[in-house]
Amino acid sequence: MSKSLNLFLPAIGGTALVLGGAYGFMARDYGAKTIESLETRVEQSTASAASATEAARAAEAEIARLAAERDEFQAIAAAGGGLTQPAPVAEAVYGLGREALPEEIAAWDVDVLPDGRGLPVGSGDVWTGEELFVDQCAACHGDFAEGSGNWPVLAGGFGTLADEDPVKTVGSYWPYLSTSWDYINRSMPFGAAGTLSADETYAIVAYILYSNDMVDDDFVLSNETFFEIEMPNADGFVIDDRAETEYSIWRAEPCMTGCKDSVEITMHASVVDVTPEEEGMEEEAMHSEEPAAEDATGDAEVVEASVDPALIDAGKGVFRQCQSCHEVGEGASDRTGPQLNGLLGRTIGSIDGFRYSNSFKDAAEAGETWTTEALEAFLTDPRGAMSGTKMAYRGLSDPADITAVLAYIESIGAE
Amino acid sequence: MDEFAKTSRRAFLRGSAAVAAGTVAGQTAAQGAPDPAITELQDWASYLGVGVDETPYGLPIKFETDVVRRNVAWLTASPISSINFTPIHALEGTITPQGCAFERHHSGAIELSKDDYRLMINGLVDRPLVFTYADLERLPRENHVYFCECAANTGMEWAGAQLNGAQFTHGMIHNMEYTGVPLRTLLAEAGLDATGDLADKWVYVEGADASSNGRSIPMEKALDDVLVAFKANGEALRMEHGYPVRLVVPGWEGNMWVKWLRRIEVTDAATESREETSKYTDVHENGVARKWTWVMDAKSVITSPSPQMPITHGPGPLVVSGLAWSGHGKITRVDVSIDGGVTWQTARLGKQGDTKALTRFYLDMDWDGSEMLMQARAMDDTGYVQPTKDQLREMRGENSVYHNNCIQTWFVNEEGVAENVEVS
Ligand code: HEC
Ligand code: HEC
Repeated sequence: MSKSLNLFLPAIGGTALVLGGAYGFMARDYGAKTIESLETRVEQSTASAASATEAARAAEAEIARLAAERDEFQAIAAAGGGLTQPAPVAEAVYGLGREALPEEIAAWDVDVLPDGRGLPVGSGDVWTGEELFVDQCAACHGDFAEGSGNWPVLAGGFGTLADEDPVKTVGSYWPYLSTSWDYINRSMPFGAAGTLSADETYAIVAYILYSNDMVDDDFVLSNETFFEIEMPNADGFVIDDRAETEYSIWRAEPCMTGCKDSVEITMHASVVDVTPEEEGMEEEAMHSEEPAAEDATGDAEVVEASVDPALIDAGKGVFRQCQSCHEVGEGASDRTGPQLNGLLGRTIGSIDGFRYSNSFKDAAEAGETWTTEALEAFLTDPRGAMSGTKMAYRGLSDPADITAVLAYIESIGAE
Repeated sequence: MDEFAKTSRRAFLRGSAAVAAGTVAGQTAAQGAPDPAITELQDWASYLGVGVDETPYGLPIKFETDVVRRNVAWLTASPISSINFTPIHALEGTITPQGCAFERHHSGAIELSKDDYRLMINGLVDRPLVFTYADLERLPRENHVYFCECAANTGMEWAGAQLNGAQFTHGMIHNMEYTGVPLRTLLAEAGLDATGDLADKWVYVEGADASSNGRSIPMEKALDDVLVAFKANGEALRMEHGYPVRLVVPGWEGNMWVKWLRRIEVTDAATESREETSKYTDVHENGVARKWTWVMDAKSVITSPSPQMPITHGPGPLVVSGLAWSGHGKITRVDVSIDGGVTWQTARLGKQGDTKALTRFYLDMDWDGSEMLMQARAMDDTGYVQPTKDQLREMRGENSVYHNNCIQTWFVNEEGVAENVEVS
């Protein structure tokens, strides 16, 4: 137990008495009952022989101690301090947990701090970064990191922070370069996080800086040139100052009557009309209509008859890894990846209007179709099976997962 | 309090007079034909119900299927990195059932078993450690009720009244009873002698999911009331709330309550992760942003009546029900206005406020059937009074996204239909 730690512990933390159950009542009862019985003991002992005085004094001290403790607990209960009395603070450590090995720490402790601590040795140039970016990021963030649809914009937006619609990007807003290295290396591409090497991350970050006009096209970002970059909005932040600017004003007795001269409605949400429909209510309406409910069960039985429902269920779980990019089933449309309806037997790369990679276009021209074997090979190792594919996904290592996910796609996407 | 009891009793008596006069709509008429729900033998009073094995884990009855989380699809690019909203309009009391408590993921909810769970503590500690789930269950634990509010709750309302429903304007909040080990206990296990002066140290916390959602928490808070929690409302956390282990950071913005908690690093500086720079920083009118705005200020909202909870019973006795909370401590008082903030009445607290937890409030009134502009205004034990939207805008502009704790207005018309509005 560190001494310095103690400084921060709330005063009550020193009490090592453990009470179980519902604290509110227990604390009171416990204190009261013990004190009562002690009081009886004190009376008895004071009334008896002088040899008992010693014991009585001890008991009196015990009463005082318990009463103090009871008051303390009740004060906490009254203060709404939680349902449990604070956990005891150990005199020594409990000795739980085991020492973390250096390899384990190295695997998980990968965060990068603003001063560059945590950056691995490595480098990457703008052009390598562009290739990687177009391949792995552009589907969501645009070829020039300018964003696409509702996905985040990563470049531009300079000078907009005080506008009506600020555009907050790596260039216009982010105060530290370390943040983009750290975040991209760990969490992007979306759906295949942790697959970029250090050099690839350096190259992609270099390209994002280039897209933000912050470096020239011959720039190489490395653990050394990292420190040359100045972030334009580094000074654009202040530490929370609500205490001074707001609380000092808003901690005042509020007005109760005659607080305004008149009240006018200045805006209606119904005019904006962006509130989603209440789907749940429609479902409820369906519940009450007997025929609709029967139809639904009918459908389910057809599916159950042909394929193992447990397999489909497992496949649905696996499909979570795909659904950031793919839709399947009724009304499915293209997202980052093409919709997957009628997949088995479908010509590879054949969804109209979807921008496939060249390798997919080639396969489409050759008239190749998706067989179970081809799908298994592709899903095991996307880039190995279709070199140059845009599918930024590492693949499924467990064959059982592939069988399951294909069964799921077939079950709801069959045409 | 006594004063209020009197007024509400008077209101009640007036209300019952109205009932006697037969002016209250939505009543099952007993004056005319007898009610068949009473006079006829009903199926459920004759046939048998379902047996005990029907639902080993029960869900709400089918009549309640509208009390569910809802998503606002246009807010985000993908439901994987998105948010949905607690149906606070339809809930009562203060505890949020896990099954309808809002979710916010940055890369989807993951399935992480207790067996696969590891928690690492490293950095400026005496002994870097790895805990298993079973280890955590052997450390002394505590139970506390706390609210968890996303910093972006009410964030769509900065520029004007947008979403029609308390669920959408205020539903990025839930309130659960957590069971967990104080973070300080775990830090003591790793030892803080090597840490040096604790006053300027931090813990960096991250999750096991693809987003990792790392956040920096100052040591003072880490040693105060932060919990490493593994149960909520008595049962295991739900997957969407971080099963098997999440961080509970009482009173502070929900993004810091890291789910699937996998690592705690003691550092000498804030890490300045993406979630505390690009996101969860508040841009003001002049383009300068506030950072490290961790505490959720006092806030309240009337949950019923509200746009999803119109008054269907006509004039007479009306229960106005709402929620109030403060990340600074306890709610001490809630005032309600039905005239858009000209006059205020002090509401009855369902229970004296718990610290950093939801408090229920009620105003038991006699509605005369006229239009109302309903507002609630919370006060906490630091004396802070919930501001109006104009006060907030004056201070911050309209682009801070986060930390909108403004007073909300519902316009209720003579039919009892409620709408989200803004008033002068
Ligand atoms: C499938 C779509 C997709 C792909 C592919 C993708 N991203 Fe993202 N990216 C996202 C989403 C969604 C977010 C926001 C995640 C969140 O809400 O936390 C994001 C966030 C980011 C951000 C932070 C944006 C901000 O303003 O905070 C950066 C930087 C980024 N991505 C870079 C990349 C890079 C580099 C790649 C390629 C290696 C990549 N992304 C690939 C979808 C994608
Ligand atoms: C990060 C986004 C992403 C993820 C995650 C992803 N895919 Fe893809 N997928 C794509 C893209 C993009 C393509 C188009 C490939 C090309 O053009 O090179 C594609 C193509 C495919 C195709 C070929 C479709 C056709 O029209 O020929 C199949 C099949 C497929 N994906 C299945 C899956 C499955 C199953 C998963 C999950 C286990 C998955 N994908 C995960 C993005 C993704």
